[in-house]
Amino acid sequence: MDFLSILSIFVLAVFVGYYVVWSVTPALHTPLMAVTNAISSVIIVGALIAAAAGASVSTAAGEGSKWLGLLGVVLASVNIFGGFAVTRRMLAMYKKKEKKPAASK
Amino acid sequence: MEHAVAATPAWAVLAYLVSGVLFILSLRGLSSPETSQRGNRNGMIGMAIAVGTTLLLHPTGLPLIVAAIAIGGSIGWFIAQRIQMTAMPELVAGFHSLVGMAAVLVGCSAYLNPAAFGIVDAAGNMLMVSRIELGLGIAIGAITFSGSIIAFLKLSGRMSGSPILLPGRHLLNLGVLGGIVVLTGVFAMSPDAALSQGPLIWIILGLSFVIGVTLIIPIGGADMPVVISMLNSYSGWAAAAMGFTLQNTAMIITGALVGSSGAILSYIMCKAMNRSFISVIAGGFGADSGGPAAAGSAVQKPFKAGSADDAAFIMKNAETVIIVPGYGMAVSQAQHALREMGDLLRKEGVSVKYAIHPVAGRMPGHMNVLLAEANVPYDDVFELEDINSEFAQADVAFVIGANDVTNPLAKTDKTSPIYGMPVLDVEKAKTVLFIKRSMGGVGYAGVDNPVFYMDNTMMLLADAKKMVENIVKALGH
Repeated sequence: MDFLSILSIFVLAVFVGYYVVWSVTPALHTPLMAVTNAISSVIIVGALIAAAAGASVSTAAGEGSKWLGLLGVVLASVNIFGGFAVTRRMLAMYKKKEKKPAASK
Repeated sequence: MEHAVAATPAWAVLAYLVSGVLFILSLRGLSSPETSQRGNRNGMIGMAIAVGTTLLLHPTGLPLIVAAIAIGGSIGWFIAQRIQMTAMPELVAGFHSLVGMAAVLVGCSAYLNPAAFGIVDAAGNMLMVSRIELGLGIAIGAITFSGSIIAFLKLSGRMSGSPILLPGRHLLNLGVLGGIVVLTGVFAMSPDAALSQGPLIWIILGLSFVIGVTLIIPIGGADMPVVISMLNSYSGWAAAAMGFTLQNTAMIITGALVGSSGAILSYIMCKAMNRSFISVIAGGFGADSGGPAAAGSAVQKPFKAGSADDAAFIMKNAETVIIVPGYGMAVSQAQHALREMGDLLRKEGVSVKYAIHPVAGRMPGHMNVLLAEANVPYDDVFELEDINSEFAQADVAFVIGANDVTNPLAKTDKTSPIYGMPVLDVEKAKTVLFIKRSMGGVGYAGVDNPVFYMDNTMMLLADAKKMVENIVKALGH
């Protein structure tokens, strides 16, 4: 892919993000931040490539790159598991009103 | 043109696209609480696809990689189970710092081993466009990291929330920022490997760490909701910059989503405080000195104080009660007792609603989560613009741990530092019950609140949790 097609995807995605995020209900803004945190850890893809690529090269730079990548994998994993899990925990707390014999309203 | 990443097989490109779309759906799900859990699941599936695809494409060194995922994953999982809901702001800030650091690490390893990332030309030099992306990615990642660390320290109380003002900080920040931009430009323009292997990138990295710190330390506690949203946005842009380097659609889509999400939240928070983004970034708001207006009116004015029994009696005989929770409620962990109070009142036939100001907590939507945790149904909880007109008909406005967001001076006093900020019209209710620890303290903005001294206000001076528990007891008999 050339730079321009990537740029196009990026610009369109910014607009998608703009409209999608405005439709998020304010009550869920904290879960929104937690989940965006989790998905921005998709940066793990880069860390995985670094870790895997370093493993097949034997130069000093390759070695350094591998360990940096692995550390990146650890950090991003904290975020992925932590972010999705804490979002799940929060979302499970949001409950609708029970249909109990509604007190005089 | 040896472009290893461009040679990604078609199935993998499509898989990354699918995970990007799933990430969009995960945010879309948050438009209502009913669909939100499915949304979160979409996010997890998207992440699994992205990770799985990458591992299939790069199968070397798998044992270490799996170990790294296991270590990080279990730490993250453990934290997520243990964290208190009141501590959510510092948790999110801490997580932002990890994204920032991960971006820095990926950037550095791409710099050390560019061939592995397919960003070199035939002569083995890094492509210019990749150098720009890499420089930006590392800089944004580093700012996100150090800025989030400071935000984390401030939010968790390990560092004072009051602004730290360095002399000449604006000049300093602009200088450092200019330095980063210029050096990134130089880095991009130096095509020969010899120069680009120099210390340039490390200087950019170091300067970015520095500016992350100097940008956040002057910002006061009241502005934290903006800061945390802004760092959320930065972490997205860092991921996007890395996505450009790796030509990976999942990363680019996600980065764009997260970047705009954080930007929108910052905008909403700024608007809720009637502050411009620039003035928040410039910092200094909420300094201990207080405004001149506050200092002048420090004379003791008469106010009515009441007891838990009085409050219980008034609310029992009311038809409608609107509860206005603020950060003070979270600090004293009064949300469970508050819900109990609401339930008892409802049994007496009182209509109970909750009114939430956008900046009531320390991060967007924080108060909603705390109420949800205490089992308050989300359809009893209303946002400022949906409920503000109802205060005029309400019998009681019950303010607990909120102050600035109820201050009518924001509507009338042009000299007030909070002038123009949208506030909850609690003073229009027939009776205002205001829980406050003591008459001494003022809100974050350092402004006195005239609601305290109104004839129809009864001050309940005590710890929020204790007071609500006593009201519950009084309602019991």
